[in-house]
Amino acid sequence: MSHRTYHELTGEDRSALASQVAEQRQKVVERLSSVKNTIAVMSGKGGVGKSYVTAGLSLELARKLSGSIGVLDADLNSPTAVGMLGASGRVRITEDGVEPVAGRDGVLVMSSGLLLDDGQPLRWRGPNSEQFVWRGTLETGTLREFLGDVKWGSLETLLIDLPPGSGSIADLANLVPDLTGALAVTIPSAESEHSVERTVRVAIEHGIRLLGIVENMSSYLCSSCGEMGPLFDGSAGRRLADKFGVPLLARLPFQTKQDGPEPTPEVAGLADAIVEMLQ
Amino acid sequence: MKFLCVDCDEQMVFEDRTVPGDGTFAASFECPQCHRRIAMLANPMESQLVNSLGVKIGGRTLGPEPFELTRESVAGREDAFEDEVGDVATRRVTWSSESHARLERVPKFVRGMVKKIYSDYATEKGISEITPAVMDTARSELGLEGM
Repeated sequence: MSHRTYHELTGEDRSALASQVAEQRQKVVERLSSVKNTIAVMSGKGGVGKSYVTAGLSLELARKLSGSIGVLDADLNSPTAVGMLGASGRVRITEDGVEPVAGRDGVLVMSSGLLLDDGQPLRWRGPNSEQFVWRGTLETGTLREFLGDVKWGSLETLLIDLPPGSGSIADLANLVPDLTGALAVTIPSAESEHSVERTVRVAIEHGIRLLGIVENMSSYLCSSCGEMGPLFDGSAGRRLADKFGVPLLARLPFQTKQDGPEPTPEVAGLADAIVEMLQ
Repeated sequence: MKFLCVDCDEQMVFEDRTVPGDGTFAASFECPQCHRRIAMLANPMESQLVNSLGVKIGGRTLGPEPFELTRESVAGREDAFEDEVGDVATRRVTWSSESHARLERVPKFVRGMVKKIYSDYATEKGISEITPAVMDTARSELGLEGM
């Protein structure tokens, strides 16, 4: 059977799904037009402290800069920004958008953690079987609304805390084509180095500027002898920085405090480096 | 997405969209030449995939509400949202007791949004009170079956 194809039919496509998607993207661009710098915090490996780095950096930037700082917690399934930044309360919906919630030092936060009961996982409404078919699409759609529907206002910097893995930075690159850049967070181990390297390569392939490497849990203060020593073997931070020709922006000691980052000279140095780089 | 009447070599025209409330949706089309009608029936998984994109088959009559997809999709805290949109809509028109009862049957997480859609419709049409008849007409005109 032979018949005309989609593009050969000149009549209106009433659903215009492509146009609807384009309008969604345009909304994100317009919403972020008042944000000076949009920075992704990424890592291929989980458990390296991306959220800790994001929260600590946001607080330091809020202290150093006169403009507002925002944190978008893109780790929908394991949100931690709310707890680390002390953001709580109901999410207010108005006709022109959604108001972010103010956390410590006035950092503006949007996170799935604001939508969930404590300890409850993120559950999606939809058919129970074969959720893998649509779950990823829904997660990206939710991230799009966090970007495009939240009234971020005039921000100096919006930090986007990504979940582990390389897929999320690719999705973000599609949603935010003019991302200022990305920070890659690693721990010193060789396993982390390889994992983070993969994610950095995906970021570069999508045209994202790698601002630098942050090595977290670089050292550990022994509570018995008071000596600072290594927590892991390896020097992933230095090696990744050399491999990609970017600065090793910070080597952060392991923190035992669990209820949110406190000011440290190392995180303050990281914030200084970021501010200088973006000026 | 376009539909072609192969016999007539004519593009079929979108006619109606139905959301029966069982997780599926249907869209019907008609050939402008031979008037043959067909219906595209999507199963729950296919319907969910389209919904997950945040788009509407048949096109949108009204623009998306803030966090429309998030509010429809995340099964989270009951009181997570403070909906000023619903409050603004309420001030514009009154609701008859029957229509209010019908609105009460709409799931709480989308009730504010649904309320605003009907209120905007009534405001646009110069209708001061929303009755079940107004809701039925609005549903038909706006393609809001299932609301």
